[in-house]
Amino acid sequence: MASQKKVAEASPTAPRPSILPLDAGPVPDLGRDADLKAFRDMLLIRRFEEKAGQLYGMGLIGGFCHLYIGQEAVVVGMQLAMQEGDQVITGYRDHGHMLACGMDPKGVMAELTGRRGGYSKGKGGSMHMFSREKGFFGGHGIVGAQVSLGTGLAFANRYRENGGVCLAYFGDGAANQGQVYESFNMAALWKLPVVYIIENNRYAMGTSVSRATSQPDLSKRGASFNIPGELVDGMDVRAVKAAGDRVLDYCRSGQGPYILEMKTYRYRGHSMSDPAKYRTREEVEKVRVESDPIEQSRARILANGWADEDAFKRMDAEVRKIVNEAAEFATYDPEPDPSELYTDILR
Amino acid sequence: MATQILMPALSPTMEKGNLSRWVKNEGDKVKAGDVIAEIETDKATMEVEAIDEGTLGKILVPAGTADVAVNTPIAVIVADGEDAAAAAPNQAASPAQQNKASQSAPPAAPGDAASAVATPKAAPSAVANPPQPAATPVPELAEASAADVEMVTMTVREALRDAMAEEMRRDGDVFVMGEEVAEYQGAYKVTQGLLQEFGARRVVDTPITEHGFAGLGVGAALAGLKPIVEFMTFNFAMQAIDQIINSAAKTLYMSGGQMGCPIVFRGPNGPAARVAAQHSQDYSAWYSHIPGLKVVAPYTAADAKGLLKSAIRDPNPVIFLENEILYGQSFPVPKVDDYLVPIGKARIARPGKDVTLVAWSMGMTYALKAAEALAADGIEAEVIDLRTLRPMDTETIVASVKKTGRCVVVEECWPQSGVAAEIATRIMENAFDWLDAPVARISGRDVPMPYAANLEKLALPSVDEVVQAARAVAYR
Repeated sequence: MASQKKVAEASPTAPRPSILPLDAGPVPDLGRDADLKAFRDMLLIRRFEEKAGQLYGMGLIGGFCHLYIGQEAVVVGMQLAMQEGDQVITGYRDHGHMLACGMDPKGVMAELTGRRGGYSKGKGGSMHMFSREKGFFGGHGIVGAQVSLGTGLAFANRYRENGGVCLAYFGDGAANQGQVYESFNMAALWKLPVVYIIENNRYAMGTSVSRATSQPDLSKRGASFNIPGELVDGMDVRAVKAAGDRVLDYCRSGQGPYILEMKTYRYRGHSMSDPAKYRTREEVEKVRVESDPIEQSRARILANGWADEDAFKRMDAEVRKIVNEAAEFATYDPEPDPSELYTDILR
Repeated sequence: MATQILMPALSPTMEKGNLSRWVKNEGDKVKAGDVIAEIETDKATMEVEAIDEGTLGKILVPAGTADVAVNTPIAVIVADGEDAAAAAPNQAASPAQQNKASQSAPPAAPGDAASAVATPKAAPSAVANPPQPAATPVPELAEASAADVEMVTMTVREALRDAMAEEMRRDGDVFVMGEEVAEYQGAYKVTQGLLQEFGARRVVDTPITEHGFAGLGVGAALAGLKPIVEFMTFNFAMQAIDQIINSAAKTLYMSGGQMGCPIVFRGPNGPAARVAAQHSQDYSAWYSHIPGLKVVAPYTAADAKGLLKSAIRDPNPVIFLENEILYGQSFPVPKVDDYLVPIGKARIARPGKDVTLVAWSMGMTYALKAAEALAADGIEAEVIDLRTLRPMDTETIVASVKKTGRCVVVEECWPQSGVAAEIATRIMENAFDWLDAPVARISGRDVPMPYAANLEKLALPSVDEVVQAARAVAYR
């Protein structure tokens, strides 16, 4: 159970925090241990997703498979700010969130391949995995549905007064769904402890934000509900963690919901079957070279002398081992027993 | 000229109400729009306005009178210089005069405008022969057949409220949310008194935001709470059906059994009276189609109570289909602690050997009346109240059909892909060799619900159709 932090009751007349520009001063350092952990967690997601892409190409993973490559700093940074008892819920680009929550890579990969050892016994697939134990509530395939569901998780936290905060992740595409605003309204009305994290990776499938939204500054989307919002550099895990710390305190103290718009980027297509012809190679390459979250982290750790090249090699080997074992398990684990067709429909 | 003020109807289904108080006294000058009296039903309170200028000549029904029939003259307004005694209260009101009373009640159901308008009862009843509570045969209650069980008479509305209140007392994780459930006391007064007993934490008024609050409820259920989500009517649940099906019904399966969703979605379903196509539809078939849901549609107050309690305790998402027209109907309910009716069990409402009539919810009113009419002609119909649509009690239906060899299904929903179509298929699959005639169905017509009273009546099943169908399959 989360230890409830004591936070001073905010005066109702206190001004709401303003939206911070991206260059709002220096980003606080994470410190050696946290920066190394963040690097390792981001690397695990990156290598896991690369492997998933390979298995998809080999025909071992079917259907839809949405990779998180490029966006790793968002979920890893927020995870560093969370407390035990907080919940995470997201959409269909969910593998990174599960790994960040501490779910077993074997179980995640085996679900991708539709095997009995998968988190949902092979019956959910890429978009539908859950772990009550790790506070991960899915994994939802209907764009925007997780926003209302996450608001309900926050409602339960407030009902139980357990001090928990729900982190509800969604993309710039989902930000245009009606139920998102229905949820904003109720969350603000009832001061529910929920952080709405908009992972703005610039494209809703093939439609860029500028082609889809009349107000492209998504952090302002809570304005008419009096929900404060901030723009965060979602490629810098330190900036994400700093914002997460502030905002989780805010929500935990009973002041209501908060919106964080994470500026981020996905390197791969929307799903494995997306050739991504709506953007140029140069655009992708520019982000990779200038803003890659893992390379930023590596350079920083080296510069601080917190690890050397040998240490990075050891970390990479350790992560590759975990991912290879997951892929091995997911390849040879049997498919679910045919009798599973009729289980888990009702309790 | 003297004008009679008639007891107005708050909704097309209202038959009587209480005259709570007179705001004006005899001899008071009144002008059009003045509130002269207040009336109330078990559902709502409303004000009666004068529509003519004059003097309140005579009060015909004193304050505090209960059960005043709609259209009873309650007062006379006389023009200046006219004699109050000259106004003849016992003269039949002309049709023109029948419209001289109006009211300014807050809408009983926002989004349900028609129910706030007084409809002269001279108009044909929208629903074919709504049953009189007194005329309803006392149903056999399998769960309380013991003769020593004391029965109390209560309305379906009261039974539903009691079920929620009992379960909320029993389990702190149970809460109710929806539009107007708390301070307004329920758009149809089903949640009356719950706010007072349980407070705003557990009786939650929502904005008009079906998609959002259905999703919020499912999220709370995934976290382990047991929400009762009230839809003002199931027509509005179409806004929320993605969350009901994609999130509530499928998540247990998609999570390999990890994420249960203990939630009840309840509210009035099916054709209401004179509210036209968008507010008058039966969703029985829609929800009964979905694996991962349980779907309940009670008829009697006892079943409403016992099944709602079971639904709230059920670890699965339950769609609980009520009926606005049945809310005010009274039935005997066993006076026992913790009265539960199991989900998934049909009830033989009337035994018989010649033909099986299967119905549920409002459909039971047609089936029971048809059975009476058939009995008068020597045909003994067995009436099955299905009570639960999913999981469907095929066993009870098949056992009855094996006895009678004939079946008529009564439903208010549309025929194509309807519940009757499913029942007919199950009978064919399980009792084909016992059938002496094809299964017949009496369904709502395959049209959007019309507003005009005569067309609406034509669009709904009737007792006569059920009788004719039963005769046809019995070759009599």
